[in-house]
Amino acid sequence: MSAAPHRPGPNDAVGGEGVALLAVQNLSKSFGGVRAIEDLSFEVRPGTVHSIIGPNGAGKTTLLNMLVGVYVPDSGQIRLTGRDLVGEPTHRFAAAGLGRTFQNLQIFFNMTALENVMTGRHLRERRSLLAAMLRTRAQARSEVSCRDVSHRLLEQVGLYGYRDTRADAMPYGALKRLEIARALAAEPLLLLLDEPAAGLNQTEASEIDTLIKRLAAEGMTVILVEHNMRLVMGVSDQVLVLEHGRKLAEGTPAQIARDPRVIEAYLGVVDAAGAGGHA
Amino acid sequence: MERAAPTASELARARLRRWAFDPRSGLLALAVVIVLLPLFLSNNYFYDIAIAVALNAIVCVGLNLLIGYAGQISLGHAGFFALGGYGSAILSGSQGWPVWLSMLTSCAAVGLLAFVVGRPTLRLKGHYLAMATLGLGVIISIVVSTEDRITGGPDGLSVPPLALFGWVVRGEHTWYWIACSGLLLAVWLAQNLIESPAGRALRALHGSEVAAETLGIDSARYKLQVFIVSAVFAAVAGTLTAHYAGFITPAKASFMHSVELVIMVVFGGMASVFGAVVGALVLTTLPQLLTVLKDYEMMVYGVVLIATMVFFPQGIVPTLARWLAWWGRR
Repeated sequence: MSAAPHRPGPNDAVGGEGVALLAVQNLSKSFGGVRAIEDLSFEVRPGTVHSIIGPNGAGKTTLLNMLVGVYVPDSGQIRLTGRDLVGEPTHRFAAAGLGRTFQNLQIFFNMTALENVMTGRHLRERRSLLAAMLRTRAQARSEVSCRDVSHRLLEQVGLYGYRDTRADAMPYGALKRLEIARALAAEPLLLLLDEPAAGLNQTEASEIDTLIKRLAAEGMTVILVEHNMRLVMGVSDQVLVLEHGRKLAEGTPAQIARDPRVIEAYLGVVDAAGAGGHA
Repeated sequence: MERAAPTASELARARLRRWAFDPRSGLLALAVVIVLLPLFLSNNYFYDIAIAVALNAIVCVGLNLLIGYAGQISLGHAGFFALGGYGSAILSGSQGWPVWLSMLTSCAAVGLLAFVVGRPTLRLKGHYLAMATLGLGVIISIVVSTEDRITGGPDGLSVPPLALFGWVVRGEHTWYWIACSGLLLAVWLAQNLIESPAGRALRALHGSEVAAETLGIDSARYKLQVFIVSAVFAAVAGTLTAHYAGFITPAKASFMHSVELVIMVVFGGMASVFGAVVGALVLTTLPQLLTVLKDYEMMVYGVVLIATMVFFPQGIVPTLARWLAWWGRR
């Protein structure tokens, strides 16, 4: 089984060009008078990799936390397949199809790698407490299939050898991939990756790069928040640049790389070739 | 240096370790102990203690699910225990219901009460459940000791013996098998729960609540369900205790009894089903053993508790399991 089954591809009739999987409209959030995100709108089409970049403090993590329901926005809408999710509890965002990883790992360190991924299958398994306690036949079968799928996911991210290792005994780079496997286990419609390459060396970062490209090829829709520009430019279909909680620019990686406002925000000077292009 | 092939003793040790951590072997070991124990129980007094251990252990296995897995403390479990006992005593006594129906009804009523108390409190983050159950326990304790027309007041209430379709259960020996079967069932149910999506969801809440919620886990719902399960376990043990003893007093509902139950769970080890059993075993038998010390009984009891928490900070069973794991890896 693929990690991303039955997902509409970018050219599918159902989710064709222009039809957004995720539509964010006029989103705003302040913390005690500081505006973290201000009147932000963007759309993510199915089957694309949408990167969000910006300097530290630009509001990327705040945005991500709103997209999965951890923070409630002050105003605006978050529509997934047309349904506005704002105000619902976090677990409903997950049930609607949003999965994520965390910038600062949020691994279940009290479990093995396999159990972490199996926990990720939560929404896909029978989860009645009574049936679980009585270990009904259906429950036992469900447990076996959950284990099989989780084994396969661990294989896909190259962690099969760690399956019975407790997470607190695993290296950092492996935990980064474990979080991705755990998020994929829920079969999300949209996967949000919060700095998946942060703190990784060159080899590990290129493994993440390969993994994201493979997910995209399988039709998974991804929102990627990342500082590693080589990774962003290599895998993205669309790039959104945030600065001070506002949208600075949005476009393909090539457009973004040429955009004088982006160059200025990142380098602090106007590139000579683009002089005059930005007042 | 190349790693040598494992020796026979290393293999044996690895096998032993795998066996020791398999939950099924724990249940089997407990069953073996229960079957062999009567060989060493030389009189009815010992049987009586064994029954008390088994019934306390049922409460602790349930309470451990709540404390060790859902991360919530109840300071009112003696209330659920007593309510189960009194409910069944009143229904089967003055109301003349069949005993089995009285037991079922009073356990279901306790489950409903747990739902009513848990639903608003478990939506809040923090230890509001501990406060709510503390209050509830005190109310139950006051009600059973003052409503003397129904409950017999401080003098207690006599309870009809357990009768199942004409067969009247009497005697310590029969009760030993009933209480121990109940314990085995409780352990089996608890282990099944832990090794299921619901159990993993609960452990995930301990690991990282925010990650658990972003995986679709409704934390309030699971905490509530486990609270109800633990209250019903306490009620079941309460009804069995009442019908076994043939008598029930308000002491069963006291706040001190609630605290004792929590101590048993922490002493044996949180988030460990067998920890709850060991905690119930040690802390039920210890006061009996210490009676020979007369005046010093409570002092020694306190020293044992303190020493255990110093040397076995995670409780007896998890600390021993850690030592065993370390020894197996060596």
